[in-house]
Amino acid sequence: MRLSIYRYNPDVDEKPYMQDYDIQLEPTDRMLLDALIRLKSTDDTFSFRRSCREGVCGSDAMNINGKNGLACISKIADLKEPVVIRPLPGLPVIRDLIVDMSQFFKQYHSVTPYVVNDTPRPETERLQSPEDREELNGLYECILCACCSTACPSFWWNPDKFVGPAGLLQAYRFIADTRDQATNERLDNLEDPYRLFRCHSIMNCVDVCPKGLNPTKAIGKIKDLLVKRTV
Amino acid sequence: MVNRQVVGAHYGLRDWIAQRATAVVMIAYTLLVLLALVMLPKFDYWHWKALWQLDLMRYATVVFLVALLFHAWIGVRNIFMDYIKDAGIRLTLYVVVILALIAYGAWAIQILWGN
Repeated sequence: MRLSIYRYNPDVDEKPYMQDYDIQLEPTDRMLLDALIRLKSTDDTFSFRRSCREGVCGSDAMNINGKNGLACISKIADLKEPVVIRPLPGLPVIRDLIVDMSQFFKQYHSVTPYVVNDTPRPETERLQSPEDREELNGLYECILCACCSTACPSFWWNPDKFVGPAGLLQAYRFIADTRDQATNERLDNLEDPYRLFRCHSIMNCVDVCPKGLNPTKAIGKIKDLLVKRTV
Repeated sequence: MVNRQVVGAHYGLRDWIAQRATAVVMIAYTLLVLLALVMLPKFDYWHWKALWQLDLMRYATVVFLVALLFHAWIGVRNIFMDYIKDAGIRLTLYVVVILALIAYGAWAIQILWGN
């Protein structure tokens, strides 16, 4: 299998470069992550993040043949060779495919990603009707891999001010939660020309999401709520 | 802990709605002009001039103009917000664009009601 991989070790390299590899796969190697692990066994200077290897932890997000995705659920058979692998775009590179995700998580934290409810705790859990619970489907599944936000030009230009698709999807996840009582504060937090309205619905986020989620739709629902609150 | 995060400027929604509303106005006006052109008995300078003597066309054009200028302002400001990082330069550009748009509006009205 032919790979062309972005390499950069700031301690040694003056600037990043692309390195070509030819690797011998075993019959059990099905996903791109298997190939990367195989490569790592021959070149241990090559660095990348991975953990669960089944599309749940979101560690091995990278740019694969120009499109963000998770290496662990990208089938080798579906990829055109040479497979060009780069780190997620728009984030500072620490080394090779490892990027500094601080800005991404800062935006995630800025939307208060937990249920806010100051009423006395009930004896059992706080209950939801099946219909109310239904609203959280397509929102709670996000694994924070950052494929979407780093595919978004608005996030590239203003990562410090624009929350980004992942953060906004999570913002709506808690706005939509009937157990949460801070809807107004949440909308206040987002009613901002940068934080929410940098989104122009180009849907790159929907295109790349490895979990098949739709941040654009969630952002549209936030905008709907803001309109309803105002008019 | 001191929260130094500046969020929720409490505007942006009005611009977002205005961008959509003005787009609808512009579509309606485009259809009106197309209809007027199709209904012209003859397509020459005199009929064209007569068309713009009609109050309906003149006032519809003013409404369109206001929509266009507002729409253009929101769009151009969005571009500046993305690409111009320095607040001083951005503010200067905002003022220049606003003044230019006002001048274009005045000029268009002069054309509509001039001779």
